[in-house]
Amino acid sequence: MTNHYIDFRNADVILNMGGNVAENHPVSFKWIQAARDKGAIFIHVDPRFTRTSTKADIFVRLRSGTDIAFLGGMIKYILDNKLYDEFYVKNYTNASFIVSPKYSFDDGLFSGYDSTKRAYDASTWAIEKDENGISKRDMTLEDPRCVFQLLKKHYSRYTLQKVTEITGTPEDDLVKVYKAYGSTGAPDKAGTELYAMGWCQHTVGVQNIRAMCIIQSLLSNMGIAGGGINALRGESNVQGSTDAGLLYHIWPAYLPTPQAHLATLADYNKTTPASKDPRSVNWWKNRPKYVASYLKSVFVEKANKENDFGYAWMPKLDQGQDASWLNLFDEMYKGTFTGFFAWGMNPACSGAHSGKVRQAMTKLDWMVNVNLFDNETGSFWKGPGMDPKKIKTEVFVLPCAASMEKEGSISNSGRWMQWRYKASNPPGESKPDGDIMYELFKKVRALYEKGKGAFPEPILNLKWDYETNGHFDIHKVAKEINGYFLEDIPEHPADKKAYKKGTLVPSFVYLLDDGRTSCGSWLYSASYTEAGNMAARRKKTDPTGLGLYPEWAWAWPVNRRIIYNRASVDLDGNPRDPKRPLLKWDAAGKRWIGDVPDNAVPPMGTAGAYPFIMKPDGVASIFGPGLKDGPFPEHYEPLECPIEKNVMSNQRISPVIKIFEGGPDKFTTCDPRYPFVCSTYRVTEHWQTGVLTRWLPWLIEAEPQMFCEMSLELAKLKGINNGDRVVVESPRGKVEAAAIVTSRLKPFQVAGQTVHQIGIPWHFGWIHPKDGGDSANLLTPTVGDPNTMIPESKAFMANVRKLTTKPAQKG
Amino acid sequence: MEITRRTFLKISGATAAGTVMGGLGFDLSPAEVYAQELRIKGAKETTTVCCYCSVGCGIIVSADAKGKVINTEGDPDHPINEGALCAKGASLYQIAVNDNRLKKVRYRAPYSNTWKEVSWEWALDKITVNIKKSRDASFMEKNAKGQVVNRANGIASVGSAALDNEECWLYAKFLRSLGIIYIEHQARI
Repeated sequence: MTNHYIDFRNADVILNMGGNVAENHPVSFKWIQAARDKGAIFIHVDPRFTRTSTKADIFVRLRSGTDIAFLGGMIKYILDNKLYDEFYVKNYTNASFIVSPKYSFDDGLFSGYDSTKRAYDASTWAIEKDENGISKRDMTLEDPRCVFQLLKKHYSRYTLQKVTEITGTPEDDLVKVYKAYGSTGAPDKAGTELYAMGWCQHTVGVQNIRAMCIIQSLLSNMGIAGGGINALRGESNVQGSTDAGLLYHIWPAYLPTPQAHLATLADYNKTTPASKDPRSVNWWKNRPKYVASYLKSVFVEKANKENDFGYAWMPKLDQGQDASWLNLFDEMYKGTFTGFFAWGMNPACSGAHSGKVRQAMTKLDWMVNVNLFDNETGSFWKGPGMDPKKIKTEVFVLPCAASMEKEGSISNSGRWMQWRYKASNPPGESKPDGDIMYELFKKVRALYEKGKGAFPEPILNLKWDYETNGHFDIHKVAKEINGYFLEDIPEHPADKKAYKKGTLVPSFVYLLDDGRTSCGSWLYSASYTEAGNMAARRKKTDPTGLGLYPEWAWAWPVNRRIIYNRASVDLDGNPRDPKRPLLKWDAAGKRWIGDVPDNAVPPMGTAGAYPFIMKPDGVASIFGPGLKDGPFPEHYEPLECPIEKNVMSNQRISPVIKIFEGGPDKFTTCDPRYPFVCSTYRVTEHWQTGVLTRWLPWLIEAEPQMFCEMSLELAKLKGINNGDRVVVESPRGKVEAAAIVTSRLKPFQVAGQTVHQIGIPWHFGWIHPKDGGDSANLLTPTVGDPNTMIPESKAFMANVRKLTTKPAQKG
Repeated sequence: MEITRRTFLKISGATAAGTVMGGLGFDLSPAEVYAQELRIKGAKETTTVCCYCSVGCGIIVSADAKGKVINTEGDPDHPINEGALCAKGASLYQIAVNDNRLKKVRYRAPYSNTWKEVSWEWALDKITVNIKKSRDASFMEKNAKGQVVNRANGIASVGSAALDNEECWLYAKFLRSLGIIYIEHQARI
């Protein structure tokens, strides 16, 4: 999130599209209601009428997988009706930037496409530079090659009639939403967007969000109170786990994982984002300091300038290698791995195409599964269709402590890092995860110390000393993440002050690239300083009156509560929205008052810098040349879709998605055997695969079993009554469910045909409760967004039919 | 004055008599206040944050003198939830007090059809041997192009957004020290 949960109350218009906030983030809804109490308009756009829709001032339906068409129409509406904020668009976005003459777009393909590689050469999408290397601009926005004109041209195709044809949303409904949301383009109006997996889990997931970023930039809704692009993430610490680099492509705090062609740290540092524009802060220019400090936190005294701070000891990807989830399980299925950790995860139910995932696990020699309860991953070898006598995999299930049985911090979607205390001991012999991994590594190191082993250096040199009185001490890790001065620094370049060896760095501003500082994660630097554990703070001061609560817990980066907040002021540093003054320049005191400024440079009118400091050009990207599937979002159908032809072009599906073929991977489109669009989703009473919640009597009583929602019309067509047992099946698998026949779903009229949509929750699994049904992911396809490889679980094709035989006996 | 949970209880206790007479005709509030006191009397209160979605609601956990959780409830002082919780958050108590929790290390031998309960020491020793065997057998110093990669191709990991920040960071460090590159978790799916 650029903003945070309480900030919803500051909005004039709230759009929840790609999510179901009332059911999946229920308590945050109080801040939507707080906004509505003050007159805000709440809009819900979704294929299904949910409890969120019941509270919406405007609810409209769209067919799953057509969000870009919907939003493309909104971009056109905003441009046609001049609802955009001209000052903001000219000064704070790349609308005025001139794009290379080589850029073009024709019939669904951007320039630079190579059909044999199914990839683009993005060099034709470059922004033109002048002789000083600064991006060329036309502040009148009239140059036919400027971003603004290219935007206009691209979205001129998204007429109401075409958008309706694709989405199934009536034209009147489209206009209702466009008009309401477009009203937030006034500088004193704020519009916010709340999304979740309903946008991510598509082969165009990133571009769904990009389309909204364009809208937010046109309407001056970024960097302001009550605005922003707000991902309502699904897990209490999925923000923190992402920040910590538990993904193949990033080290902690979004440092790219090194690739093989970058042999030395100097090679790696050559890829540091650069800008020649003196008005661009380009914060990423500091990356070498963060990399060196991270390596020092990994290897400490063993890392020095001479050995590249141990850069060579860290594993490298091949250039361009994608080791993400779907590829990981594809490799596992092929037998690439002998060992596997499923630590605090249940991929046997959460992984797309779970049937393939479960089969993949039979190829392993060993698996370590750490969890609170028995689950379908640890027990996969005795699951449906498995014969334990034929499965070689050795399985260790390690029982771990629950959240209130240990100490540590988590980060919510608003980037608030909050400390949790230990209330009780974990039951039986279960232990906190931190203790388990701490002990395990000590044993691994001891084994490598004893005998010969492959490349022992990183194991022997690793800093692993997080104990107090012989016990693992989480505070020592928290401090390591914040960072230390490793030597006395008599006069620090940042502030000319002296700092003592062994003290905690005050913030990432103090990190150095020469080995004199360590820092586990630069974004979390300033979270645990000599002044104490910031995440544990509980003071409820609110100096701005905007609900920022700067002394409650701590937010990354540097306790900034709203990111890019200098975009909320004019060139002189005065708030553009006097009702919601997030930041104001105090000219006499030469300082900003309000939120922690997104970089403490003076206002733009006084030789200051652009507000979007993480972007090399310093401005918001309406034109986004950095993605794999194009600089503007374009509508493509899901991999599995109900219509033969894309209404927008001859490219039915995204031209750059990876197609997994052969073996268990099967797809269908316009196949009469699988005629219905299917989405997976969640209910309030369960969480994710249900790995925790299915074991709680209160919750399993409320939502005891797998179900399939369908419209009255579809039920009639298929002869299904409410409560009937049904089978839902895709080319990959099937699940049994109870039918819920409801007017919450309705058929769509799409490209001249009737399209039915069904929905199933993904909380269930065969292990418990015994008659609760199995995972919805047995049906979902192995296909992902080309940028993120997040699977397309929100739009695939399935069939539903009444179960005429007795339900199969389970377990 | 800032109204905290405790001062709120004092205020509401003092004013309750005047407000809840209602249609009953007699005053139940002293009994209610007393009953509420009993449930968590002498309990140690600690604050936590809900383990489910990403809103980050504050929860108060009360444990008795033996360290057993006896109550969980929304934290009224928390600025995000102001005491409110959803169905899942309100059920946190049943995570702490639940007979289905795994309490011992389990081991399933190759081709076996049963679990065996084993000691931590035995399990961690055996996992350690497995890690070394898989790592050493699959370790690649240079890739096909002859570039230094120093990685263990034969081990993969998924997890976890269910860990605390510090644990996530430590786990990532642990995995990369072994040379593992197939590192993924919930954020991808």
